[in-house]
Amino acid sequence: MPADSMQLPKPRPGGWGLPEVSRIERTILPWLAALGFLLLWSIWARGGSGGATDFPTPLETARGFEHLFKTPPGGRAPLIVQHVVSSVYRTTFGFLAAVALGVPLGIFLGWSARAHTALNWLVQLLRPISPIAWIPIAIMMFHGDELRSIYLIFYAAFFSIAVSTSSAVQSIPTVYLRAARNFGLGTIPMLQRVIFPAALPQIVLSLRVSAGICWIVVVAAEMVAVKDGLGWLIIDARYQGARTDLIVGTMLIIGVIGVCIDMLLRRLERLPQVSWGYPPRG
Amino acid sequence: MASSRIELRGVKKSFAQRGGGALEVLGPIDLTISAGEFVCLLGPSGCGKSTLLSIIGGFERPDAGTIAIDGAALRGPDPRRVFVFQDYGIFPWMSVEENVSFGLHAMSEAQRKERCARWVEAAGLRGFEQALPAELSGGMRQRVALARALAVEPDVLYMDEPLGALDSLTRQQMRSEVASLWRRLRPTVLFVTHDIDEAVLLADRVVVLSQRPGRIVEIVPVTIPHPRRFGEPDYVAIKRELYRALGLGAEV
Repeated sequence: MPADSMQLPKPRPGGWGLPEVSRIERTILPWLAALGFLLLWSIWARGGSGGATDFPTPLETARGFEHLFKTPPGGRAPLIVQHVVSSVYRTTFGFLAAVALGVPLGIFLGWSARAHTALNWLVQLLRPISPIAWIPIAIMMFHGDELRSIYLIFYAAFFSIAVSTSSAVQSIPTVYLRAARNFGLGTIPMLQRVIFPAALPQIVLSLRVSAGICWIVVVAAEMVAVKDGLGWLIIDARYQGARTDLIVGTMLIIGVIGVCIDMLLRRLERLPQVSWGYPPRG
Repeated sequence: MASSRIELRGVKKSFAQRGGGALEVLGPIDLTISAGEFVCLLGPSGCGKSTLLSIIGGFERPDAGTIAIDGAALRGPDPRRVFVFQDYGIFPWMSVEENVSFGLHAMSEAQRKERCARWVEAAGLRGFEQALPAELSGGMRQRVALARALAVEPDVLYMDEPLGALDSLTRQQMRSEVASLWRRLRPTVLFVTHDIDEAVLLADRVVVLSQRPGRIVEIVPVTIPHPRRFGEPDYVAIKRELYRALGLGAEV
């Protein structure tokens, strides 16, 4: 028996909690998983489901990327850039419009019991209707490409922001409202100094979720409603000779931008005006 | 600071019960509190003492009866009469300084700063002006709540078990701070507690409430001069009287 096996096991730094991940593991494990993922992808793509629309191998996808990042003849920027800009632009405007209208509406619904009684059923009814279902109407309603896609993205976020905000306001502890009234605050200072800051952590949480939904919806909307953007690029690649390499390349770019959007909004959660509302870690 | 006289006549409250019917929680209560008096409301859990305080504070309406402050009918909460809540009620998104100056919104910037600094100092919170409540201990949080209330120089303080969430050592210390603040400023104080020692140490009069529906069983005057000490003969006699009024034996 080797001598070292006689030693007592070292206590783990994490104590009796969940197993800790060491620093080396933290560096290596994601790379290992990436390698495994690429391997499985290659095997699957080669083994093939058969037919002309074979899933591209990682190498073919890389070549697709090359094409996407090449500036087309007569163009000013790489092919992909123009479409990324279109998609991000729409998402940003639709989302910001939803925030600008959804947060005030939510505060109003959460604040006024009468408004809540009158309107809540309507909001609840409209909220679960997928923005995708609105696509035909949106195309008929709005003649400009931008307006119709911005409308769909707005719809994707507006109701969920309004509902989250109103429930955030309703769940403000009575003691804060009483204290504010006790010190003689009028309605507007009350909203500014107590209601809005008290609801902010939950509002920010809902912004992150709805921004994610917007990014999902924009791709679907662009597939049918407009003539550019990442969704349109995917459909176009299909009709331009089933370029699955371009399709999968675009999908990966959609994923990366989605992560970036989430990281951007995650930064909001670290602001002191927001982070007080989340339980401390560790 | 000025102080106010509070008069309650026939104040009653009941709550609607699930499945219909009303649950009587309080009253009728008749009580007069003189200007500058420190009155403790003492009673078992669920006797309606906090509800009574909420009603006097103007946050809830009584089902019957009248409340008059200095002869005028009560019309809701007022910055001249400030409530201190059991769970502090200070705003967790505001720094100590912002909390303490919360009620001073009508003042000029300079006045507000001066007043806030004075109460931050008085509450022993110097050096913590920029801290958020989550970074403070329970005792310090309650000091912030007290400083916020006192900064507006109210005529009346309503305190709903304000020391209930503190550990017993901090609680002792805060009690003597409350007592010395009151002796210095002389506002009218209505203090809800279920702690007999607290009532004897602080109050001019102890109003003993019954089990639900809460009614006044007895009003016990405490004439011991301040500062009061545990265990002196007068102290023990009053404590014994309160035990009896509450229907408890004096032994454990």
